[in-house]
Amino acid sequence: METPLLEMRGITKVYPNGVVANRDVNFSLRAGEIHALAGENGAGKSTLMKMIFGMEEPSEGEIYIRGEKTRLLSPQDAIDRGIGMVHQHFMLVPSFTVAENMVLGMEPRKGLGIHYAEAVRMTEDTARKYNLAVDPKAKVEDLSVGMKQKVEILKALLRGAQILILDEPTAVLTPQETEELFRELQQLKEHGHTIVFISHKLKEVKAICDRITILRGGRSEGVFQTSEVTEQEISRLMVGRDVVLKYDKSKLNMQAPVLTVENLSVNDSQGRALLNNISFSVHSGQIVGIAGVEGNGQRELMDVLTGGLRSGASRGTVRVQDTEIREANILTIRNLGVSYIPEDRMSQGSAGEASISDNLISTHYRSKTLNNGVFLRASKIASMAAELIEAFKIRCSGPKQPIGMLSGGNMQKVVVARECSANPKLLIAEQPTRGVDVGAAQLIHEKLLELRENQGAIVLVSADLNEVLEISDRLLVMYEGEIVADMEDPSSLSEEELGLYMLGIKRQEPQHIRRTMNDVEV
Amino acid sequence: MNGLDSLLNVILTTDFAFSVLRVTTPILFAALGALISNRAGIINIGMEGIMLVSALAGVIISSYTQSAWVGLLGAVLAGTLIAGLLAFFTLKFKTHVILGGIAINMFASGGTVFLLYLLSGDKGSSTSLASKVLPSVDIPLLKDIPVLGPILSGHHILTYVSIAAVFAVYYLLKRTSLGLRIRSVGENPHAAQSVGVSVVRIQYMALLLSGFFAGLGGAYMSMGYLSLFTRDMIAGRGWIAIAAESMGRSTTVGTALTSLLFGAADALANAFQVLKIPAELIATLPYAATVIGLILYAVSETRKKNRKVKSPLAK
Repeated sequence: METPLLEMRGITKVYPNGVVANRDVNFSLRAGEIHALAGENGAGKSTLMKMIFGMEEPSEGEIYIRGEKTRLLSPQDAIDRGIGMVHQHFMLVPSFTVAENMVLGMEPRKGLGIHYAEAVRMTEDTARKYNLAVDPKAKVEDLSVGMKQKVEILKALLRGAQILILDEPTAVLTPQETEELFRELQQLKEHGHTIVFISHKLKEVKAICDRITILRGGRSEGVFQTSEVTEQEISRLMVGRDVVLKYDKSKLNMQAPVLTVENLSVNDSQGRALLNNISFSVHSGQIVGIAGVEGNGQRELMDVLTGGLRSGASRGTVRVQDTEIREANILTIRNLGVSYIPEDRMSQGSAGEASISDNLISTHYRSKTLNNGVFLRASKIASMAAELIEAFKIRCSGPKQPIGMLSGGNMQKVVVARECSANPKLLIAEQPTRGVDVGAAQLIHEKLLELRENQGAIVLVSADLNEVLEISDRLLVMYEGEIVADMEDPSSLSEEELGLYMLGIKRQEPQHIRRTMNDVEV
Repeated sequence: MNGLDSLLNVILTTDFAFSVLRVTTPILFAALGALISNRAGIINIGMEGIMLVSALAGVIISSYTQSAWVGLLGAVLAGTLIAGLLAFFTLKFKTHVILGGIAINMFASGGTVFLLYLLSGDKGSSTSLASKVLPSVDIPLLKDIPVLGPILSGHHILTYVSIAAVFAVYYLLKRTSLGLRIRSVGENPHAAQSVGVSVVRIQYMALLLSGFFAGLGGAYMSMGYLSLFTRDMIAGRGWIAIAAESMGRSTTVGTALTSLLFGAADALANAFQVLKIPAELIATLPYAATVIGLILYAVSETRKKNRKVKSPLAK
């Protein structure tokens, strides 16, 4: 068998904070192939590619290029060995022209200055050679996303890239631009280039890739000929359930709707639909789970529900009980009895330098019980903090300890304690157990169920399928800004089926999905 | 009315136009320095202090060597050195660049008086040091042209250097590799890094250049504008320069024009002294112009930004 162009053997990557991103992964590239790297968010795709591009070094394992053992210590090392990367967030200087971006770091000189005409010529030559039309003199900030991506690809090619890594290249493209990209990638392949295509869109993977390596939870699930596996098989390998959680859930006792979303749409600045005509409702005593691969509109939906979106960006109605909140500010929304556990506990959920008790009161220090109009009531706050620390089993040295010193799980418990203790009518929980240990996750789940018992309504967005399947009373699946499935009793659902919806292979009839709305009128 | 007449008599003269260029020079130098470091994404607020140190260095070195040119070299080296110190602490040891700038300003204010006292026994000025002054230059042909001649000819050599510096900085930022890299580092350091440009090295270069220009400005103050060093003689020009850079929207041309505007306000303050207005009030004129300028700038920036984000979700 021929030597692979690039081979990674037994790669393990442990970050300094203890997170294991990759475990014993083998990955190999044949010259001239388009190789897909698929996996859910957090499966370790990006980390693996960062190691190929010299941005991270493996903790264990070896990298071979053309059979030769290599250490890649910086992106420059990787570039020198003919590896190029097109990042998801473009590495371009907006105010520069295309030609200037192309030659940055390797500028052709004429006397003291840059030989700009030469830079333009280099750009044109590369563009012609690979049949990727760009205007070398256009400013990058004026280009469409698709064009910017082309410039990125050309940049890598100009630097002699033989291996081209594309990190979720289609995530930002329109369908037309995606088709164009695929044609371009085919051409590059014909030129003898090798391409790594990172994606979780299976249709695209099937359409242009020769082989596929699937990652799940940092491990490789194997490498396959794309022609020999079905989308269903790939989906099953990507989206698997490891452990099945079981909770004693009381029978659903659903009351009046608390949150009603009708025909909600959000467009981005280019006019692309991020949310397309979404309708659903959440009733008191009900947990509605929202599943989906990250980047399919969940973020925008959460932003609308929690007042995080600038006015004028959305259309439709969003009501909490009878009050319209689509354009309301955060305080108004919170005063209606809405609590929010944000996805990012570090930057949004807590203030790292502040004490546990300060963090516990940060969303309701205005309430009369904590505040006499001028000063905060220290003793009330202290006793409340002590109670919550006890109830949520927060491991700490005391309420005055800065929250930033706690472990991730305990920090998250503080956030959950704060949001649940307000007895919210509606709780919006976003990835409430991401990155926390099993014990903390279980406690958080129990508290969510307790709130449900007490007639709270809960929206649960999570990438953890175990969690959404087990905790939710109803499950909505989002794909490309739309609700593509609406299922009752999700715990009986198989993960394979869920995977098909999440990856856009299957979708329910619109009438079926609209059902939730009809509930409102019942 | 009489006062106003005499004011107009002062302003509408070639002498006034000449003095505008004279007072613009130090502001222009420092503003060009601030421009370079700002474009590299590292703001140098130590301009005032660097100018002060350079002004003293020029006086001391020229008086010991009895050469104005060696004094100039010393002033520029001192400025570059102090900026290098700032770069070392902020880029190597990750001190906050604003705190580093403040430290330099405070160190310069106290340190120059200390050194002055040590060398001359005087805490106020360097009168006892026989320092040298750089020459003024008459430009042949130009000096004989009416109106333009008296305005543009006969200036201090560094005034001409400052005008040449505008073109040099423009060329540097727009047309050279270093300039391209400086701008890329300031605008998108990740992009620069991803193609192998060392962000730290470029920021070092930019800060050193900002010190170099502040050094020229400082030298002008004590070896041209005045012929000696006095304590805190920069009197806010370093700050005005930072304001000019910002109001000039970080472009070379804009920075040069706003520097000229602030220079004119400064010259106007001098001219106003013929009116019976308290000198203290007149002295506030350049600063008031700074504040008004910054407000106008902020308003127009905010408008521009609002227009940009009209479209939803633009981040």
